[in-house]
Amino acid sequence: MKGLSMKFLKACVALLATVSLSVSANDLAPDALIKQVSDEVLQIVRNDKAIQAGDMKRISEVVDSKMLPNVNFQRMTSLAVGRDWRTATPQQQADLSAEFKTLLIRSYAGALSNYRDQQIVFKPFKMKPEETDVLVRTEVRQPGAQPVAIDYNVMKMPEGWKIYDVAVAGVSLVTNYRDEFGREIRANGIDGLIKTLRDKNRSAEQAKK
Amino acid sequence: MMLRRCLSVLVLLVGLNGVAMAQEGLRDPRDPWEKFNRGVYAFNDAADTYVLKPVAETYVAVTPLPARTWVANFLGNFGDTWIAFNNLLQGKFGDAASDVGRILVNSTVGILGTFDVASEMGLEKHDEDFGQTLAVWGVGGGPFVEVPLFGPRTLRDGAALFVDKYVDPFRIIDRVAVRNTMAGMQIVSDRSFLLGAETVLDNAALDKYAYRRDFYLKRRTYLIYDGNPPRDDEEE
Repeated sequence: MKGLSMKFLKACVALLATVSLSVSANDLAPDALIKQVSDEVLQIVRNDKAIQAGDMKRISEVVDSKMLPNVNFQRMTSLAVGRDWRTATPQQQADLSAEFKTLLIRSYAGALSNYRDQQIVFKPFKMKPEETDVLVRTEVRQPGAQPVAIDYNVMKMPEGWKIYDVAVAGVSLVTNYRDEFGREIRANGIDGLIKTLRDKNRSAEQAKK
Repeated sequence: MMLRRCLSVLVLLVGLNGVAMAQEGLRDPRDPWEKFNRGVYAFNDAADTYVLKPVAETYVAVTPLPARTWVANFLGNFGDTWIAFNNLLQGKFGDAASDVGRILVNSTVGILGTFDVASEMGLEKHDEDFGQTLAVWGVGGGPFVEVPLFGPRTLRDGAALFVDKYVDPFRIIDRVAVRNTMAGMQIVSDRSFLLGAETVLDNAALDKYAYRRDFYLKRRTYLIYDGNPPRDDEEE
């Protein structure tokens, strides 16, 4: 009886903790948000043998649950597509976002599985209270190698701050697609780009199996 | 035998790339020699896959991390002399002074450069080369070129590469064998810190050649402006 009530109590505490965590994530300042998310993800990666062995399914789960709630994919995709975004129908926009999301998750997951001895350092961050679009600068340090800058563009939304662009070593991972996407759209239209992305995602999916 | 097989794979790759290009039929104004560049890219990719990457992997497997860090720092200490000189040529006297400070501190307190004490003291390592100096002097990048074994460059940076290699700080060392060993170690050491980058490229790129080229060109602009390039925000 005693054991059971203890278990119940523990479950309540755990539930409370997760609820309060998800509430507080919304109120966090942009730099604190990035720090919390990256700490959480790296903590998991460090302790998970499956991830270190390159288990993509497991990595994707972590990215899905920890990263995605804090990313504005609609805006990310519109930035990657560039000016053609506006000419796309809502259905095309939704398809593009979905395929681009899959592509990015896989890339990010691949990068995470390579994570070993790196250390993430946050650069000093300052913002005015009225700002709604800020840059959070971090640096990945690795013994013996030059530090690599990783900068997050974060925007304020009703439900809290969301990441909409990430630059690695000074190059935006989102706008780096713009030239390539633009060429594809000029050659085969927006539907052509959607198809190319879909094929790429599918072949990667099959390669995994 | 092995060599012949590698060569036939190469010829095949170059041929396939030619076909892919003809189908696309679209040219990037920054890359007028795309067809040729794609051929060289296929060669570089094969050289990396069959030679450089396996060597770097072996290096990582047999050398513990602290030793790899010593090696990288030791070689990097030589490199700092050329970085300092380029900062001087670009009129960035503060940065040049900081680089000289790094060399002095790391060569002494850092035991012949094996420990990067200067970074811990706040003397940041800079990234400079002669291509960036030319850019600061007003020389435009010119068309994109894929240089055999060296990878993506602009025409300007490809030409500057000769200067970078000619004034190689390792030349300070008289013994040719030692000097060449160090140059080789530099390549392997640099590559060892990038292991895993090719998987990311595989995952992220629709077209690896184009993705890497675009990334390189943006990265160069970032370096030339020392991390504060003018924003090119196209309309969404």
